Amino acid sequence: MMELIIEQASSFASDIDFIILVIVILGGFWLFVAEFVFFYFLYKYRRSNNPKAAYITGEKHSEKKWIHWPHYMVIACDIFIIFFAIKAWYNVKQDLPPADDTVRIVGQQWAWTFVHSGPDKQLGTFDDITTVDELHLKKGLVYHFKLESKDVLHSFSVPVFRLKQDAVPGRVITGWFKPTKSGTFDVQCAEMCGIGHGAMAAKVHIHTDSDYTYWENKQTKGHAQKKLNQQTANLANNKSGDL
Amino acid sequence: MTSSASTHSEQSFWQKYIFSTDHKVIALQYFFTGVMMAVVGAFLVYVFRMQLAFPGKEVLGFGVVSSGEYNALVTNHGTIMIFWVAMPMLIATFGNYLIPLMVGCDDMVFPRLNRLSFQIFFLSALVMLASFFVPGGAFGGAWTAYPPLSTDPNYSLTPAGSTFWVLAVALEFVAFLIGGINFITTAMNSRAPGMKMFDIPIIVWMIVIASILFMASVGPLIAGAVMLLFDQLLGVGFYDPSKGGDPILWQHLFWFFGHPEVYVVLLPALGIVAEILTVFSRKKLFGYKTVLYTTIATGVLSFFVWAHHQFVAGIDPRMANVFTVTTILISIPIAELCFVYIATLYKGSIEFTTPMLFALAFMAEFLIGGVTGIFLGSSGSDIYFHDTSFVVAHFHYTFFPISIIAVFAGVYYWYPKMFGRKMSETLGKIHFWGTIISFNLIMIPLFYLGAAGQHRRVYNYEHFSELSKPYLQDLRVFATVSMIVMLVFQVPFFYNFIMSLFRGEKAGKNPWKANTLEWTTVSPPPHGNFAEFPKVYRPPYEYSVPGRKLDYWPQNEKA
Amino acid sequence: MSFAQPMATRRSSTGISTGKLAVWWVIVSEIVIFGGLLVSYILYRLYHDQWSSEAAHTSLIAGSINTFILLTSSLFVVLSHRAIEDKDPQKAFKYLWYTIFGGLGFLVVKSIEWTGEITHGFVMTKSLFWAFYYTAAGLHALHVIAGIIIMAIISFDIKKNKNLQRVEYIGNYWHFVDIVWIFLFPLLYIAK
Repeated sequence: MMELIIEQASSFASDIDFIILVIVILGGFWLFVAEFVFFYFLYKYRRSNNPKAAYITGEKHSEKKWIHWPHYMVIACDIFIIFFAIKAWYNVKQDLPPADDTVRIVGQQWAWTFVHSGPDKQLGTFDDITTVDELHLKKGLVYHFKLESKDVLHSFSVPVFRLKQDAVPGRVITGWFKPTKSGTFDVQCAEMCGIGHGAMAAKVHIHTDSDYTYWENKQTKGHAQKKLNQQTANLANNKSGDL
Repeated sequence: MTSSASTHSEQSFWQKYIFSTDHKVIALQYFFTGVMMAVVGAFLVYVFRMQLAFPGKEVLGFGVVSSGEYNALVTNHGTIMIFWVAMPMLIATFGNYLIPLMVGCDDMVFPRLNRLSFQIFFLSALVMLASFFVPGGAFGGAWTAYPPLSTDPNYSLTPAGSTFWVLAVALEFVAFLIGGINFITTAMNSRAPGMKMFDIPIIVWMIVIASILFMASVGPLIAGAVMLLFDQLLGVGFYDPSKGGDPILWQHLFWFFGHPEVYVVLLPALGIVAEILTVFSRKKLFGYKTVLYTTIATGVLSFFVWAHHQFVAGIDPRMANVFTVTTILISIPIAELCFVYIATLYKGSIEFTTPMLFALAFMAEFLIGGVTGIFLGSSGSDIYFHDTSFVVAHFHYTFFPISIIAVFAGVYYWYPKMFGRKMSETLGKIHFWGTIISFNLIMIPLFYLGAAGQHRRVYNYEHFSELSKPYLQDLRVFATVSMIVMLVFQVPFFYNFIMSLFRGEKAGKNPWKANTLEWTTVSPPPHGNFAEFPKVYRPPYEYSVPGRKLDYWPQNEKA
Repeated sequence: MSFAQPMATRRSSTGISTGKLAVWWVIVSEIVIFGGLLVSYILYRLYHDQWSSEAAHTSLIAGSINTFILLTSSLFVVLSHRAIEDKDPQKAFKYLWYTIFGGLGFLVVKSIEWTGEITHGFVMTKSLFWAFYYTAAGLHALHVIAGIIIMAIISFDIKKNKNLQRVEYIGNYWHFVDIVWIFLFPLLYIAK
């Protein structure tokens, strides 16, 4: 149902949309019943139709049962909701499937920095690709993210993933996602972070295999050139450097 | 037993209206301060919603809204509406005015302390308003004031504003702690002879339980606010990770108070609605004891749900499961309360006066607020809805009934007692329909926008391609226009209020034919309240008792 | 215009006096304030082992002297209440002032203690331990000062045989201030 309003682009988006649907149905049912009974009473017992009110204390069992039975049904619905809520939550926040790749996400006032692992698929090496306000992903891979903040609280939010996680200074928070649809989508900051909070927009680009390789190569060309320059400089200075 | 009314000598204007210790005067002082702050709060939302509807355009009465100003507008709209409108109107106005009258005594037990509580409250309002005029401008870090944004002026860019904000809120807390002592002690100890526990009107219980909830929950936040101030002013690091502190500590302290706080304001509203529902359906409250015990259960449970505001904040994910269970379960006593109130209408004889219309609207709207809360209490769905406009719509469907609809209901209902005249029913109904219809037209678009991924506290959605689609912007404009319509419909209320003071139909002691003790004395009651202090012979909701000629039976009437 | 006490203040539907009820509610609200502060401290302390090196510099001697002073002063306020019950307000006045002197002594010891610590560089900003130390003990000291002032005012009343019931109320408040210290002492001075 949520897909009618906003696309699903991650593997767990459907879990989240499912619990939302469960609540729409159960919550909607109770809302409808309560409002219907409420308005019906207003209509049936308006003074012109019922000039003399009854005297009902609500203490007798025959009266209370009208409250108790809906009450028990509400509890049953609640348990059903709790089950699916925890299931969806577990899938997103507690489970951590093995990573195909990792990205480092750094929030600061007022931009997102993304560090991609580069061709060697290892974060923290010289071929890492650092971008500002654009995250590049390959469709179908399981990504772990390492989320940090340089200053205040921020929150990494990708609505089409149905993902959100606050970035807390002094911590590195790990999570995961698996993009399932190619395209370009919004990234928002979901925690008030100062005057630039509303402008902290970024984009997530989900590529097919070949597109991603193309993008990666375009970035690493720069790295390869840098390495070549460094080696040339070392030779020129007669220093022993990497070859 | 006669009262002290006759022994009070002539008082000057200052003694009578400004430095009075009379609970009725203090109640109205709180009320008018609350009204003035509501006007400020309404102006703030007018400005920022105009920015959302017409980004970058000059707003009439304000100018162009910068992103920093936008943040300050949303921050202070929320802060003012909760602390300087909802709380004074619900607890301090109705609590102060009604408790001594409804329990049948001549004032609060500590009138001078009562006066002090208002003075501190008034000071807190001045400090809050002053924060708009300090260098750097008003605080803009959201009403939740999460550090490090709220502690470090390098991040917030509002060094003075941040401190004024904390001081204003802290002073407000002190005012309500002091006020609460009066409400609780007066209700416990100053009751009319014959008024046993279950003879106390529900609104009195509600305000007392709310005061206890407030008292028990605000302490840790006061400690937290002192720590926030020290971080701001002395460079200590309670919430600074680089100094060994933790920003999440503030969140826990804040929400440990923040969640019970919503029940602190809900309970008095439920009390007002109970009084009005019974009178205008001529029916006994269904299950008085059920109402009382469910309310106490809700109050106790409310201390165990707070971290549902922090699901994605970086808390241990396993904790989220605990809090989602407690949060969904708290919907059970609240649902029971809603069912019981609806049951009160069953086989009633319902008269749709203006106060009754507002009390009924409270129920219809609050049901929506309650149900939409489930999306947020459920941890899985909250990952998506957290920080979106969906949250804003949810809490307006709870807060608006609580702090606006129920307050209007109470004003229309007790105005005759307070001022000796009735308000115009015609103007009241115009005000009612204009307010309620436009309120829904503001908020329903916000549910949709939130579901579409629109986040809160963003001054301009043009930065986001998914959110700047024309039909979404149309919804924002529609919500803004509806809000302006709603503000315009408050004019009949103000006009009605003022005009009726002079030209309203004279009310007499008991225009609504109600049972509770405030209706047994003159309208408005004199200093000292009762010529003769009443005794109580029965519970408060004996309406339409079979075999009796009249369909009401005042508490103080001998058999 | 003199203030006329309303009849409401004299009623007692619960059987407990209004003043006593009010003071109990004040104490409840204070318990949560100190509770919040101390729970935060305890959680941080469990997380930061290195604080024990900072905590080593608190003066166990000063803390112990102050504990003794406060406990003794609580004894005096009990004796004052007993004197009221024995219908001897002048004796109660005397014991109330012994309590006040105890409170003043507490503050004197604390001033010396803090002066020493501050001149040795153990200030609020040195480490989060000291931030908590000064905040908690400072908040407590503010409550000691408030208690002393109120006790003095009550003492002058009872000397004129007025408001004798208030000795019990301020006694309850003073016991609360004492109990907060009983928590602070091990948390700030003994846990090293």
